[in-house]
Amino acid sequence: MDTILQLLANGLMLGGLFAIVAVGLTLIFGIVKVVNFAHGEFLMVGMYLTFLVTRMLGLHPFVAVIVVVPALFLIGALTQRLIIQPLMSARDDHIQIFATVGLSTALINLALLVFGADIANTPASGLRTPIEIGPVRVLSGQIAIFVASIALVIGLQLFLQNTAMGRAIRAVAQNRSAAQLMGINVDRIYILTFGIGAACVGVAAVLIAPLYPTSPTIGTYFVLTAFVVVVLGGLGSIPGAFVGSLVIGLIDSFAGFYIGSDMREVAVFGVFLLILILRPAGLFGKQLNLSHVSP
Amino acid sequence: MLKLETIDAGYGATTILHDVSLDVNAGEVVTIVGANGAGKTTTLRTIAGLIRPTSGRILFEGRDITRLSAHETVDLGITLIPEGRQLFPEMTVHENLLMGAYRSAAREKQADTLEEVLTLFPRVRERLDQNAASLSGGEQQMVAIARGMMARPKLLMFDEPSLGLAPIIVAQVFAVIDTIVKTGATVLIVEQNVFHTLKAADRGYVLENGEIVLTDSGKALLANDHVRQAYLGI
Ligand SMILES: Nc1ncnc2c1ncn2[C@@H]1O[C@H](COP(=O)(O)OP(=O)(O)OP(=O)(O)O)[C@@H](O)[C@H]1O
Ligand SMILES: [Mg+2]
Repeated sequence: MDTILQLLANGLMLGGLFAIVAVGLTLIFGIVKVVNFAHGEFLMVGMYLTFLVTRMLGLHPFVAVIVVVPALFLIGALTQRLIIQPLMSARDDHIQIFATVGLSTALINLALLVFGADIANTPASGLRTPIEIGPVRVLSGQIAIFVASIALVIGLQLFLQNTAMGRAIRAVAQNRSAAQLMGINVDRIYILTFGIGAACVGVAAVLIAPLYPTSPTIGTYFVLTAFVVVVLGGLGSIPGAFVGSLVIGLIDSFAGFYIGSDMREVAVFGVFLLILILRPAGLFGKQLNLSHVSP
Repeated sequence: MLKLETIDAGYGATTILHDVSLDVNAGEVVTIVGANGAGKTTTLRTIAGLIRPTSGRILFEGRDITRLSAHETVDLGITLIPEGRQLFPEMTVHENLLMGAYRSAAREKQADTLEEVLTLFPRVRERLDQNAASLSGGEQQMVAIARGMMARPKLLMFDEPSLGLAPIIVAQVFAVIDTIVKTGATVLIVEQNVFHTLKAADRGYVLENGEIVLTDSGKALLANDHVRQAYLGI
């Protein structure tokens, strides 16, 4: 019984980790309709920034949020403005894919150049301390990630549902040209949304850096699962990405224990395929809906 | 108020509008009549700033707006109620209306405007909390008009407001437009129901293959042989 509870806890913690990385990715996809293949490298850049801020200033890693989140917002906004937007008139999705893949490669090489291939360890600052909750042991840093992922999901939903800017963002996603007719500057909304999506992964970076060693290719490690989670949850659905993350986290945890750690990924992708066969649009995705096309 | 001077416009390399010139004076109701594919929608989208003309000038209240984008023309008081309603399907009716008042000038008066608009559209008031996609075609058209009015426009452009609606509903839509016209609004309207619109319009333009071939008062166009044959089937 205790084992099951521990596996459950591990799965949920892992789910929170996947979710906090995936939220920004699904936001950008849902609104800007661009698959950001550089998302993992945004995370990597955020982790290095966290490392630098804590090392150089000797501050708690969480304080780095003041620097990392605005920096990532800026990187995301500039990516949209300088790379994606000029390609948007081409309206050829392949070109955008090449562009973000290219950006990803460029960022990895930049990190190799600046930091070398060696890993950088952000000080743990008490975040790798085990905490016992009944029979279950988790790290304090993992709880922080889990709580932050929930806060981020709820915060984004509140922003999108209840503010004028959030409504404008949804309007652009639902009907781009009608949004223009309302007086919305669509280019600006895309820049803003890309910035917010990148800022979200900045939050993830600050929380993950104290727990995992930072290296130029660390982004790839996290972002592959993030892509799975985004598709599983229903492309563009933020609550979907969260639930999808928990599902994948739990499968990973239980399959790793009962089937063997080398079979975890097989189990994850097996369930992934199964869910997509049963629900092609993902858990929270919209099935093709033609009801609003009036006669 | 609005003046198009020898406008050429189209999509990509295809020019649809050739040398289109037209005026709308303050307080007037002006209609553009033309067959399917003549370029009526293209004309309205060009005025709204969704399409950039390749030559010619557009003036609004004496100001050159030829190169402005759609979100900038809205600020000046130009609102297009587009063909096919184009609501935000996954937003409530209330949210759709709020989107109409997105620009800051309109947003300041949002609460008052909403009350005025809902007085004009009691059916819309009943549907405020419903998703736009769940409404009938006629209700969606009412919401589209109401959303356009939320911007407090100086010039209101309608593109085929009766398209695809049942005859009873069409009558309701026209009644609403008549009410709006009576308030002294300036209106540029494109409508397949040519007879009704020409009767209600002060002036009309006939557009064929992207060119203006005829212009006159609404009454004179109703009596014109060419218009009667080509568009009224008489
Ligand atoms: N997005 C587009 N890209 C390319 N060509 C287009 C596009 N939209 C319309 N056209 C073409 O432009 C021409 C004029 O179209 P437009 O929609 O302005 O006509 P319309 O007078 O509004 O007709 P309708 O009565 O069918 O609404 C048509 O030949 C049409 O095929
Ligand atoms: Mg048309």
